[in-house]
Amino acid sequence: MGGGEDVSWLNWLVWGFASTVFLTALMAGSQRLRLTRMNLPFLLGTMVTADRDKAKLYGVLMHLGNGLVFSLVYVGAFHAWGRASWWLGAVVGVVHAVFVLFVVLPVLPALHPRMARATQGPTEVRQLEPPGFLGLHYGMRTPVSMLVAHVSFGVLLGLLYRF
Amino acid sequence: MGREARIHDYAIIGDGRSTALVSRRGALDWLCWPRFDCASLFGAVLDEERGGTWRVGPPGPARVERAYLEDTNVLCTRFHVEGGTLEVVDLMPMRDEPVGHVVAEHQVLRCVSCERGEVEVEVLYDPRPEYGRVKRPRLEDGGRLGWRLEHERLLVTLRADVDLRPRPEGGLYARFRLRAGERRHFSLTATDDAPAVLPPLGDFTREYVERTTRAWRKWLGRCQYDGPYQREVRRSALVLKTLTFGPSGAVVAAPTTSLPEVLGGSANWDYRYCWVRDSALTARALFGLGYEDEAEAFVTWLLRASWLTQPRMKTFYDVYGRVREKERELPWLRGHAGSRPVRVGNLAASQLQLDSYGEVIDAVAHLARRGGHLDREELKMLRRFGEYVTEVWDQPDEGIWEPRTGRRRHTFSRLMCWAALDRLLELHQLRTLPGIPVERFVEHRERLRLEIETRGWNQRLRSYVKELDGDEVEADLLLMAWYGFENARSWRMQGTHALIEERLGVGDELLYRGESSPERGEGAFGICCFWRAEFLARGGGPFEKAEEVFHRVLRHANDVGLFGEELEPETGEARGNFPQAFTHVGLISAALALEEARRHRQPVWRPRRWEEART
Repeated sequence: MGGGEDVSWLNWLVWGFASTVFLTALMAGSQRLRLTRMNLPFLLGTMVTADRDKAKLYGVLMHLGNGLVFSLVYVGAFHAWGRASWWLGAVVGVVHAVFVLFVVLPVLPALHPRMARATQGPTEVRQLEPPGFLGLHYGMRTPVSMLVAHVSFGVLLGLLYRF
Repeated sequence: MGREARIHDYAIIGDGRSTALVSRRGALDWLCWPRFDCASLFGAVLDEERGGTWRVGPPGPARVERAYLEDTNVLCTRFHVEGGTLEVVDLMPMRDEPVGHVVAEHQVLRCVSCERGEVEVEVLYDPRPEYGRVKRPRLEDGGRLGWRLEHERLLVTLRADVDLRPRPEGGLYARFRLRAGERRHFSLTATDDAPAVLPPLGDFTREYVERTTRAWRKWLGRCQYDGPYQREVRRSALVLKTLTFGPSGAVVAAPTTSLPEVLGGSANWDYRYCWVRDSALTARALFGLGYEDEAEAFVTWLLRASWLTQPRMKTFYDVYGRVREKERELPWLRGHAGSRPVRVGNLAASQLQLDSYGEVIDAVAHLARRGGHLDREELKMLRRFGEYVTEVWDQPDEGIWEPRTGRRRHTFSRLMCWAALDRLLELHQLRTLPGIPVERFVEHRERLRLEIETRGWNQRLRSYVKELDGDEVEADLLLMAWYGFENARSWRMQGTHALIEERLGVGDELLYRGESSPERGEGAFGICCFWRAEFLARGGGPFEKAEEVFHRVLRHANDVGLFGEELEPETGEARGNFPQAFTHVGLISAALALEEARRHRQPVWRPRRWEEART
């Protein structure tokens, strides 16, 4: 990778996982604090099962796996810059949040097998409310809470990851 | 929109987490989401103008018939108007089998169809979150995804296959005509912790009605009551199930707050919690009907709830077993029939009610007798309860009816302390509860008996009395036979019953709960009327009399078989929070006692039960 240093796989695994747990807790907290109804584990889980309770369990596992994959992108960026720091992590976090809000959420109804589409309305299978522009259907503070969660994820990973 | 609905006019629908009340006019006037004790979204039952309502029905006058679909909590209201008949089916969906799609967490479905002729239909959807504090909530048109209302963390979405339009004064409105065979559907969903689930309408809605009907019938199929009062007992079982909070097994006393005990009065309380005093009777009703799982879940919840406050027991807990001690008034609501104040929360939580111990321990004893398992920590807690009872039983307390007039030395509280120690000693004999201080418990049990038989007994009146050394009676004294302190046939109970009948009897075999009830303007007390029928069935009087009393009290149910807390003595109309679990528990208990007594009259072989072994 860039920067001439090899990726420390153990560091990535441990701190990527820790940052993902922190991100998950932060997003769950923002739900409890009534900031948003964005529930990523639920959205991920309902891709594979219709059972609400099982969806939350599977979704948490999928979310932790996704977090590890995304943290690899952060680690790649750190190596490209040749160093890791909290503010570099924050910068990647901003890019990550913008990507999720402007790219992932708008295409989610096309990706998610159980999500309704605003143009067609719900069907027997597709009943989940789509997120709408910037996820605003899930609450007006959704974009802010997403941004804060992803920036916090980057800051933590930037602080903890060492070459 | 016309005359304000009476308490008696409501029917309940529910899904085991929340309930809604629907009036005879097709107005959904009470709904608290996401739980029984959350703020209301529709509250017209407490204030027709401010509370919020959702009405589906003909615009003008109509002859109304309604009933639940057989053995379900699916309500069917028929409006007969000039030109045709309109049917509205209301339900909160349930399911008994896995489905292949994500289900909404909370949902109310309303299906309107024209049965005959051609009928005009009027729809008014006017939600007012937070008990109507929010006067004009913002309803956002989501196109095919429905009308959205977001308040705090709750998102409520209404989907309909009719064209709803915003009204200048708030809410949505539609008026349309239906011809015979035509239908329209409405789905109201709510979510508070995840993206909403928005079910499609049409055939899918009808499928939900069928699925819910099947689920209720399957559940009711487990009911083992086989006596002559099938309709009333099965309806009561359905009410109890509706008032049971599925995730914990707790049973709320009623789904409403502040429906008045006296029209226009101030005795308006919040009953959306789980009262400990109801526990023994509730457990017995559930076990008696064959609902072992529900009974066990309920007793387990009871032990879990009282765990944190032991050895003190609170008067009630919320559905998760948390203590709720705050009470506040909602000054913007007019109250049902002008009955102010409207209260949420209940200060009775912090009262001392010594009877609670006997009721909980008796409920646990029901479980243990049927082979239910109690773990070590639960057994320790029971021991602590017993020890605590030996320390506090001679204190004055607020008593079972939780008046806010101070503490007294109630005979009934002594009786229940006696029952607590008696059941603990029984559990010890059954080898369920080892390690209790037997001598101490026996000594205090005997002291309690002595005190009840001397100071709780008035020789001049030849009756047990409400307070030690007093001269008033109260209907709860009839339970002395229920808890095994006295035989219903004993001369003491006969004297007590005669005085209760003389002083508390009213109307058509109804009973006040206490001597001061008439001057306070209260009605006859539902469960007390059933206690009397049960007392007679247990040998307190002729079987025919027991059945007659039971039969007459049953006549005061509303058109769909529901009872409130109290009954207006003249008209039999319901008063107080509605429907009331305790009254329906009393109905079931009396029906079961009547069946026991009937079998004694027509001897057939049956397994020997514990109650018989004791007597």
